[in-house]
Amino acid sequence: MNWRDYERPRSISEALNLLEQAEGRGRVIAGGTDLVLQLRQKRYQADLLVDITGIEALQHIEEREGWIQIGAAVTHAEVAHHDLIGNEARALARGCSQVGSPQIRQMATLVGNIISAQPAADGAIPLMALEAEIQVAAIAGERWLPLPDAYRGLGLSTVDAKAEIATAVRFKKLGEHGLTGFFRLARRKALALPTLNGAVALCRDASGCRLQRARISLGPVAEHPFRPQQAEVYLESHDISWEVILEAARIASEEANPRTSLLRGSEEYRKAMIRLYLSRTLGEMLAIP
Amino acid sequence: MIKLKKIKMTLNGRQCEVETAPDRILLDLLREDLGLTGTKKGCEQGECGACTVIMDGQAVLACLIPAAKAEGADIVTVEGLAAEGQLHPLQEAFWSEGAVQCGYCTPGMLLSAKALLDADPAPDVGQIRQAIAGNLCRCTGYTKIISAIQVAAEKIGHE
Repeated sequence: MNWRDYERPRSISEALNLLEQAEGRGRVIAGGTDLVLQLRQKRYQADLLVDITGIEALQHIEEREGWIQIGAAVTHAEVAHHDLIGNEARALARGCSQVGSPQIRQMATLVGNIISAQPAADGAIPLMALEAEIQVAAIAGERWLPLPDAYRGLGLSTVDAKAEIATAVRFKKLGEHGLTGFFRLARRKALALPTLNGAVALCRDASGCRLQRARISLGPVAEHPFRPQQAEVYLESHDISWEVILEAARIASEEANPRTSLLRGSEEYRKAMIRLYLSRTLGEMLAIP
Repeated sequence: MIKLKKIKMTLNGRQCEVETAPDRILLDLLREDLGLTGTKKGCEQGECGACTVIMDGQAVLACLIPAAKAEGADIVTVEGLAAEGQLHPLQEAFWSEGAVQCGYCTPGMLLSAKALLDADPAPDVGQIRQAIAGNLCRCTGYTKIISAIQVAAEKIGHE
């Protein structure tokens, strides 16, 4: 059997109690689009599945004191179509709108995209550039974790789905000088893992000539969504121009250091695509003619 | 002794109660427990869309949904399209436009299209393509499927 029991608790504490009673033989399920396959393939084992999608406290997308917070039961489709996300973090709306297929987006959750811990997860990539945090609930209490700390290795989350529940993700609003961008390159337009994806979050300074903050994320170039921090620092320390953008993109491609892969493409191609897509996205965002 | 799970749902407009294994997948519940073989088993990995059904108004993949998740849900399968022996406009259009070859992708296509037209009665071609982006067809090349959906939208719009 792939599991013996399936429960849909109505509250976070009920869910945590179910997991505790299962003594390590229970597991959290949200949309299930990754987990059902993993259980079928015996990659994970569970006697009890605790379905958190019926918990009302996990179904929000809202602004809370300058942060935008999204609950763990919220699907990619909901994020993609929500006005608040479209206005404040368009890169996230775009990333979520390109996960899998329409049917998968109706079932799969944004927080689940983080927990599955894939390097080019289209929801997690923009969240990385937005410097998001995830909230993790356990019997002992709740904590907020910076997104990079949610990754333990390829496909491995630091959140223990047998005992803990990731309940929300949040990121700070970028403000009026903020801009976001997202790009994706894949063999097909749907149902295809990306050859390359990335997101950019920028804050211009008051003069408009410099970037007060530049954050870039790239995938799949490492075990988890990757931030080319040297490229970010370079962008922040030079006046904006095409030359600076091109150089930043070159630095990012070297930092990311993608290696030749039968699945994703050759090293040369992937580096060239990082330079192309990143510079194009930065150019469009900053309206450099 | 396996503890069976009772699942109550609305299926094609009727109340339905089924007792099944707790790890039953919705696709198998429909095809095996309920004998509704219209929903097809393609890849069983969420990558082909042949198993598409409508759950609470949204097109979803039955091969990835634990049947227990359907508790209290409103499910529509391809068998629920024709009412009182009258084909749904989408079914008529797929037939008149020649959008069916082997027929294996068709139930999933019909339901993805229905979910689209229920939400947006006048989609443009781009929106139609997006709506069926999760349904693979190896026979038709998609053009007649897209025409059929346009024809059906037009017909429904005039009703």
